[in-house]
Order: sequence, then C-alpha cells, then structure tokens
Amino acid sequence: MKQPLTLNINGESRLLLVEPFYSLLDCLRDDASLTGSKKGCDEGDCGACTVLMDGKPVTSCLVLAHSAHGSEITTIEGLADVDGLSPVQRAFVEHGGLQCGFCIPGLIMSATGFLQDNPDPTEEDVRFAIGGNLCRCTGYSRVIDAIMAAAAEMRASA
Amino acid sequence: MARFDYLEPHSVDEALQMLAEHGDKTRLVAGSTDFLVRWRTGVWRPESVVCMQHVPGLDYINWNPDDGLSIGAMASVQDIELNTEVRSRYPALAAGATSFAGVQVRNLATVAGNICNASPAGDTLPALLAYNAQCRIIGPSGERSLPLDELFVGPGRTALAAGEILTEIRLPPPAPNTGGLYIKHSPRGAMDISAVGVASVVSLNDDGTCASARIALGSVAPTPLRAYGAEGRLVSQTPDAANIAEAARLASQSCNPIADVRSGADYRREMVRVLTERTLQHGVATAGDTPSFDDIRRLAVQTAW
Repeated sequence: MKQPLTLNINGESRLLLVEPFYSLLDCLRDDASLTGSKKGCDEGDCGACTVLMDGKPVTSCLVLAHSAHGSEITTIEGLADVDGLSPVQRAFVEHGGLQCGFCIPGLIMSATGFLQDNPDPTEEDVRFAIGGNLCRCTGYSRVIDAIMAAAAEMRASA
Repeated sequence: MARFDYLEPHSVDEALQMLAEHGDKTRLVAGSTDFLVRWRTGVWRPESVVCMQHVPGLDYINWNPDDGLSIGAMASVQDIELNTEVRSRYPALAAGATSFAGVQVRNLATVAGNICNASPAGDTLPALLAYNAQCRIIGPSGERSLPLDELFVGPGRTALAAGEILTEIRLPPPAPNTGGLYIKHSPRGAMDISAVGVASVVSLNDDGTCASARIALGSVAPTPLRAYGAEGRLVSQTPDAANIAEAARLASQSCNPIADVRSGADYRREMVRVLTERTLQHGVATAGDTPSFDDIRRLAVQTAW
C-alpha cells in the first residue's frame, strides 16, 4: 500500500503517496510528475536517472524512495532559474553536447555535482566523473568540451 | 508484481530487533545498489527490507596510528575513495574504491555492503583482504570479531549468522615501508565487473628484503581469496624480478577460475600471474612513499582492449 512520504525536491517540500518498494526514480517520475530523470536500464549502469542527493550524484533507480527523506534532492528540473539555464545546461547547448538527448539530464546532473566539488578539473578528471553515464550518440567529445567550458565560465563568474 | 515493505530503524538495536522479528522474510540493506537490481530480477524476494540509511553514526572513517583504519558500516565507497588517509596509507584500497562502478553508484554503495554481498568480484574485497581487515559483528547474542578472510564462505554467502549485522571494518596500521596496489582487469574501463582483480601489499625491511607480502585475488574462485603460498615465497627474500615472477606463478596456480562471458578460465589464470607481478612490482617500487592519487586512478583499471 502507498505510504505518505515527504521529500525535499528542488527546494520544495513535497508530500507524496509512494509505494514502499518504489525507487526514487519511479517516485520522481510517477508520483512527483518530474519526468526529466530518465529510466534507461533500471540497474544503475547507464546513469540516465542521475540526480543529486545533498549535492552528490546518485543513480536514482538504485535509491529506495522512502529512504530519501531528509535529503535535498535536485533533478534536472531544478537547475534552471528565473535567469534561465544553469551554466552547465547552457554549455551543453552551446557546444552541441547532445544528440538524441536521452542521456543528457543524467550527464548534466553528474557534471553539476562534479563541478561543485571540482571547480578546476583536468579533462581526465571530467572523463572519470562521467564514467557512470552512457551516451550512445555523441562520442562524449562535445560533452567533455561542454563540461570544461562550464567549469571555466563558473570560475570566471565566481 | 512483487512488493516489499520498507522498515526504517534508527539505531543498531532497533535494526537487530527488526531482523529478529521478521527472520528470513526480511533483508538488511545499506546502499541498496545490489539489492534493488537483484529484487527486480527476482533473485531476492523478501517481504520487507530493513534499511540502515537512517541509523546515525555509522558513516565514519577514522584513522589513528595505534588502531589503524576503522570504517563504519554506512561509509560509502566514494567516502573511501576521497579519504586522504586511505589514499596515502592504504593505496590498494583507494584503487579498489576508484575502480568500483561509477561515481553515482559509489556515492550509494557501502564497503560493508560490498562485503556482505560476498561477490567474488567485489572490487573493494581483495584490498581489504590484503590489509588484513577484521569485521566487527553485532548480533542477538552480543558482539564478535572475525577476520574478513573467514567471512566469505561461497558466492554470495558469508559466515554471518541470522540476525547479525556487520557494523565496522578495521584495518591494522600498515608497517613502515609498505606499498600496495589493486588492479582490476575488465572489458570496459567503467561500469564493468572485473574479469580478474588482484591486490598486493608489500612491507620491506631496512635491508630491502620482504618483511611481509599479502596478495588477494578476486573473480577467480567462489570467494575472494588470499594467495598464501605466493606470499610465503616472498617473505625474507629480496623482492627482485625473479622472486616476484615466481610468487606470481604460485598465485596463478592457487586460484580456481570459471569460464564465463567475461573471460575463459585459462585467461583468468594467466591474468592473475600478470596482475600479481604488476601489483607486487608497484608495491615494492612505492614502499614508504605517499602515492599520487592520479597515478592510483590511472593504474586501477586495466582493460582488455
């Protein structure tokens, strides 16, 4: 039976009714109607479901929804603000770091979490940081360009 | 559709009570990364889970020169990878952590969970064995301590009794002049399961001979295992190329690999020889040094192509 669950999602406290066996990903998509986080493999391999929990990237398909209370959850829907896209989102657009787009919310969440802790990364650091995100279109080169450019822009405006 | 109930203890005592009450119909979960995958594929079908996420005070990693390293049951694999004491004093464990899945899974998965799931391919396990890890276990009848080497009894099976919880992993302080490395060999460089994994930790005497050598192998037997025969070949010897090559040959003879989608058995056995040689050479070359994490990260995963 569905149980009440209060989650902090993108800065809002949301009271939801959630099955006890639901993953955080299913809860976000089915119960919170936030479908930006994608279900690629549902076994933690592809990274399309990546969200931030307390600033750390996690595969939301492997998180028990009911265990996520008390954490600040950030999804792709939470990055843009009234001034527009986040620096990472903007850099992906400017560098063409996407094709079909299915993996991009996860890649952007991985990059966003990574750059918060590593403002001045090497390209090798970036490659390790997105090792858990599969993209079958881009070949990753423009994704990496975008993340390096976002890092530079965030440093310049910090 | 399969379902389970969610139980949330807020102390170890409460978790023990829940395990006692629900018996084998429940399953203890830490990071839930293995659990949810195996539940979805039908391998595990408990009626409930006891989720340890909200038990406070178990996510510590402490180091001191007398007791060594203490890892709380809820410390994540990423906490281990980022920990400066682990990187400088237990480089083989840092290598095991950085070779493990991807960042998003490392942020969830715990070292204790990796131990309790007892996969022969668990990426933190060979290094923990090579550092002589001890397990602190709390159960209905009190607390006990068990060497990690005695915990693994088969694929996915441990010596934990019903209702017991692994609460802490302890690694003794390394001797002076110690070096080590773990190398994971897998088809892909990220998000893969190891075809072979080898950890070696070597301590040298002042005269350059081996005070101790500990070698542990992953994915080449029903459990992760120590290569005691190979270790014995090095003790009190000069760790030169010939002695290391002989130890590596003994290590490859001591394993019992299967053939599966990731490797043939003969290939695995040969790779045990190669990786034992490489990790021992690295351990000897870096004994007493503070290794650079960038170097550890580059060496930790060596792919098949």
